[in-house]
Amino acid sequence: MLPTPFLNFNKGDKSMKKLVVLGLTVLPTFLATAAMGAETINGAGATFPNPIYQQWFGEFKMAHPDVSINYQSLGSGAGVRQLTEGTVDFGASDMVMTDDQLKAMADAKKPTPLHFPTVLGAVVLTYNIPGVTSDLNLTPEAIAGIYLGSVTKWNDPKIASANPGVSLPAKDIEVVHRSDGSGTSYIFTDYLSKVSPEWKMKVGVNASVSWPLGLGGKGNEGVTGLVKQTPDSIGYVELIYAVQQKMPYANVKNASGKFVKASFTSVTAAAAAAKEMPEDFRVSITNGMGAGVYPISSFTWLLIPSEIKDPAKKKSITDFLAWMLTTGQKDCEGLQYAQLPKAVVAKEQKQIALIK
Amino acid sequence: MATSTAAVTPGTTIASKRRFGGDEVAYLVTLIFAALILLVTLAIVWQLWLHSSPAREKFGFSFLISKLWNPVTDQFGAWPFIYGTILTSFLALLIAVPLGVGAAIFLSELARPTLSNTLTFLVELLAAVPSVIYGLLAIFTLIPLMRDYIDPGIQSVLGFLPFFSGHIYGVGYLTAGTVLAIMTFPFIISVSREALMAVPREQREAALALGATQWESTFNAVLPFAKLGIMGSVFLALARALGETMAVTMVIGNDPAIHASLFAPGYTIAAVIANEFTEATGNTYLSALVELGLVLFALTIIINGVAQLLIVLTTKKGSAKA
Amino acid sequence: MTARNARRKGVNIFMLGLCAACAFVTVSTLFVILGFLVYNGATSVNLNFFTKLPLPPGQDGGGMANAIVGSAQIVLVATLIGLPIGFFSGVYLAEYGGRTFAFIVRYVADLLNGIPSIVIGIFAWTVIVVPTHHFSALAGSLALSLMLIPITARSTEQFLLGVPRSMREGSLALGAKKWRTIASVIVPAARKGIMTGMILGVARISGEAAPLLFTSLNNQYWSTGLSEPTASLPVMIFLRATSAYDDWHRQAWAAGLVLLALVLLANIAARMVISRGTSLPR
Repeated sequence: MLPTPFLNFNKGDKSMKKLVVLGLTVLPTFLATAAMGAETINGAGATFPNPIYQQWFGEFKMAHPDVSINYQSLGSGAGVRQLTEGTVDFGASDMVMTDDQLKAMADAKKPTPLHFPTVLGAVVLTYNIPGVTSDLNLTPEAIAGIYLGSVTKWNDPKIASANPGVSLPAKDIEVVHRSDGSGTSYIFTDYLSKVSPEWKMKVGVNASVSWPLGLGGKGNEGVTGLVKQTPDSIGYVELIYAVQQKMPYANVKNASGKFVKASFTSVTAAAAAAKEMPEDFRVSITNGMGAGVYPISSFTWLLIPSEIKDPAKKKSITDFLAWMLTTGQKDCEGLQYAQLPKAVVAKEQKQIALIK
Repeated sequence: MATSTAAVTPGTTIASKRRFGGDEVAYLVTLIFAALILLVTLAIVWQLWLHSSPAREKFGFSFLISKLWNPVTDQFGAWPFIYGTILTSFLALLIAVPLGVGAAIFLSELARPTLSNTLTFLVELLAAVPSVIYGLLAIFTLIPLMRDYIDPGIQSVLGFLPFFSGHIYGVGYLTAGTVLAIMTFPFIISVSREALMAVPREQREAALALGATQWESTFNAVLPFAKLGIMGSVFLALARALGETMAVTMVIGNDPAIHASLFAPGYTIAAVIANEFTEATGNTYLSALVELGLVLFALTIIINGVAQLLIVLTTKKGSAKA
Repeated sequence: MTARNARRKGVNIFMLGLCAACAFVTVSTLFVILGFLVYNGATSVNLNFFTKLPLPPGQDGGGMANAIVGSAQIVLVATLIGLPIGFFSGVYLAEYGGRTFAFIVRYVADLLNGIPSIVIGIFAWTVIVVPTHHFSALAGSLALSLMLIPITARSTEQFLLGVPRSMREGSLALGAKKWRTIASVIVPAARKGIMTGMILGVARISGEAAPLLFTSLNNQYWSTGLSEPTASLPVMIFLRATSAYDDWHRQAWAAGLVLLALVLLANIAARMVISRGTSLPR
C-alpha cells in the first residue's frame, strides 16, 4: 500500500502511521536485495542440455559465489534470437547458426558468435503405450512414417515386424512434437531428412517446421510431460528427460543395420564416427556409420560472443568455459550425455583465446 | 508553490496572491497524471503499430485470412489463431451464459438477500483467481477428465458430427473453452444479477398478480428488461475470454492449424505470442507476432466498447423506468 | 387444478430448480479449485519451498524462495509506479474533470483495462527490453503498473464520488481551498474504499504471469538488481506445471496454493472493508 501524505492529515489514524513505517522499512530491504554487488550472467537457449547446464552452473556458482550464471531453457530458437538481440550474454543451441543468421549478426554490428561444443547427447523416441513395458525397436521407415502420418496405428506392420513377440495395441499413435523453435527438432529432422527422402521433400530440416500432424509441447520438458500424460503417444526428447522420468525409449536401427539403444557409449561412438571437426565446430553427426553408433546423436553448442566488453563478465565466461572443458565433463556420464572427444577439447581450449 | 507573477497592485488581497498556489498545483498535478493514461495508451498503440510494420508491409491484409504459419519459409498468417481465439471464446460463452444467467436468476429472484450476497461474493472471488492457477488445475484435473470421460462420452453420442469426430487428445479447443467458461462465470453472474435486480418490482408484481408462476414472471416480465444488461455481461465475458493467455496456453495443444473437430489441438493469438515471442528468429517472425497482438488489441477494444455501451444503456433504462 | 396449470407448475419448479443447480455449480467451482490446491499442494508447502532456491531438473528438494522475493520486488515497484498515477488520475476524474476531457480519460482508462495482459507485455518489451538489451524486473514492473493504473483510477474515482456533497460544501464553507478539501476531507472520508481498490488491484497484478514472460523472464538464482531477469511466482508456476518432473509439479501446486491464498485473503479482506455492495470492479 502506498503511503500517501494526504492520509496522514488524520492525526488519530494510527494504523496509517504503522503502515507508513512498515512500508518504509520493508521498501529499502527489498531494494537492497535488488542491488547486491553480485554479478549475473544471463544465458538462454536449448532445452536439450538443460539438465547438465543447470548442474554445471550450480557447481560453478559454489566455486565462485559472486557469479550467478542464470540460464533459461527457452529453446534453441530463443537462444539464437536473444543472442542476436543482445538481451543475453550467451546463447545455447543444438542447431548451429546458419550463414544467414551469422550474417545478420555481422550486419547488426554485433560480434560473431563462437560455437563451443559442450556435450553430446541423444534424441530418443519415448513412448507411453499402456501394457507395453519393453523397449521397442523402431526402424527409420517407421519413425518417418509415424511423423509423416502414414503410419497411424501402433500395430502397423512397419512397427510390428521389428518387434516380434511384443503385443502392440490397435490404437492410434498420438504424435507429439515441439511447438517452439527447437534444436532438438533440428537434430531430429536432420536425421529424418537423411533417412527419408519423403520427409526431406515434404517437411525439411529446421528448428521449427510445419509438422504434418501432432500435438506441440514446449521445450523438451513439455514434450516429455505430454507423452507421460497421454496414453498411446510418442515423442522425441533428449535422453536424460526420458531416463529421469523412467519412461521407455526405442532402440533405433542405425545406418549399419543394428538396433542400438541410446546411451553414453553409443553416443560416444557416434562422436568418434564423425572424423572431421571443422574449425568453427559446426558439424552434424546424425546417422553415422558404425555398429555401436546411435544414429540420432548430436553435439550441442554454447554460443559465446567473440567480443565481451565487460571485463568481469569476460573473465567469468572464459573461466567457465575452461572449467567446463575439464572438470565439467566429469558430470556427463551421470546425466547420460557423452563427453567431448579429447581432440575437440584441445581445439576448443584454443578457441577460448579468441574471445576478446 | 509558485509565486504570483502579477504585479501587486493596491487593493489586491493576500488571498488572491496566493491563489496561484495550492489549487493550481493540485489541478495541474492531477491533470498530468490523468493525461498520462492517455499518453500511455497511445504509446501502446504506436509501439504495436511500429513493431509490426515488417509483417504488415510484407503481407498486407492477407495476413488476416492466410492459414499458413511457417517460420521456415517466413510465411505467416493470422487466421488459425483468430479462428482459435474466437472458437474457444465462443465455446466458453456457450457453456457459461446458460449457467451464468441461470445462476443470476437464482441469486436475484429466488435467494434471500443475505444468501444472495454471500453467494455472489463467493462467485466474484472466482474472478480474482490468477490465470496460471486455472491453467495448473486444468492440466492435472480437467485434461484427464476430458480425455478419459467427457470427450469419449460426447463422441459416443454426437460423434457423427464433424465437431465431435476425430482423435481425442485431452488438450484442444473444447478443453480450452471449458476453462475459459469457468473463468468468465463471475462476470456473467455478477453483471446479469445486477441487471435483473435493476428491473423494477412492479414488473414482477404485475405478472404475479396476473397469475403467472414465478418462473413465468421471471422469464416473460423480468428477463426482457434485463436483456441489455445481460448482453453487456456477455460481451464483457467475451472480451475477457479473448485475451486470456496463461490458462489457454496450457491446454490448447499448440497447433497452428485449423481443425473442424472440437477435440483437436489448436492455437489462440494470446497463446502463440506467449509461446513463441522469445524465440521468434528473424524480423518478419517477430513482427508477425506483434501484428497478432495488434489484432487482439483491436478485437478486445471493439468488444469492450460494445459491452460498456450495453451496460450504460441498461442503467439508464433501468433508472428511467423507475 | 387443470392439466395446464399442473404443467405450468411443473415447468416452474423444474426451471427454478435448474437455476438453483446453476448457482450451485458455479459457486462450487471456487471450492473445487481450493480443494484441489489444498489436496495437492498442502503437503508441499514446507520450509524448503520458502527458503531454498530451485534445483537443476531431476533433483528433488528445491524451493521457490527467489520467486517469492522476486514477485514481491516486481509487484512493489509496479505499485510504486502505478498507484500514484492511478490515484491522482482518479482524483482528477472525480474532482476536477471537465466534461469532455474527463469522459475521454475515463473511456481510455477502461480501454487500457481491457487490453490483454500479453499485449501489455509486448509493449513493455518494446519500450524497455529492446532499448536496454536486457530482460529486467523493471520491464516486468512497468507492464504490471500499466495494469494497475486503470483499476486504481476508476475505483478511486468511484469512491471519491461517493463522498456526500455536504462534506465538500461544509469544508469549502469553512474557507478551505479546494485542494485542501480534497486532501483533508474527501480523500480521508473515502479512504476505506480507495485502499480497498488499491489492495484489489495489487492482488490482481501479483497473480499475472503473461506480462512477465518476456519482460522479467525468470532467474534460477537471486536477482541481483532491478535491471536483471527476476524469478516470479506466477511464471514459476507456469514453468513447473508444464514440466515433466513430479517434484516440480508438487512445487507448482504448492506455489499455486500460496499464491491463491494470498490473493484470496487480500480480496476477502478488502471486500469486507467495504462491506456493502456487490459491484465487481470492472
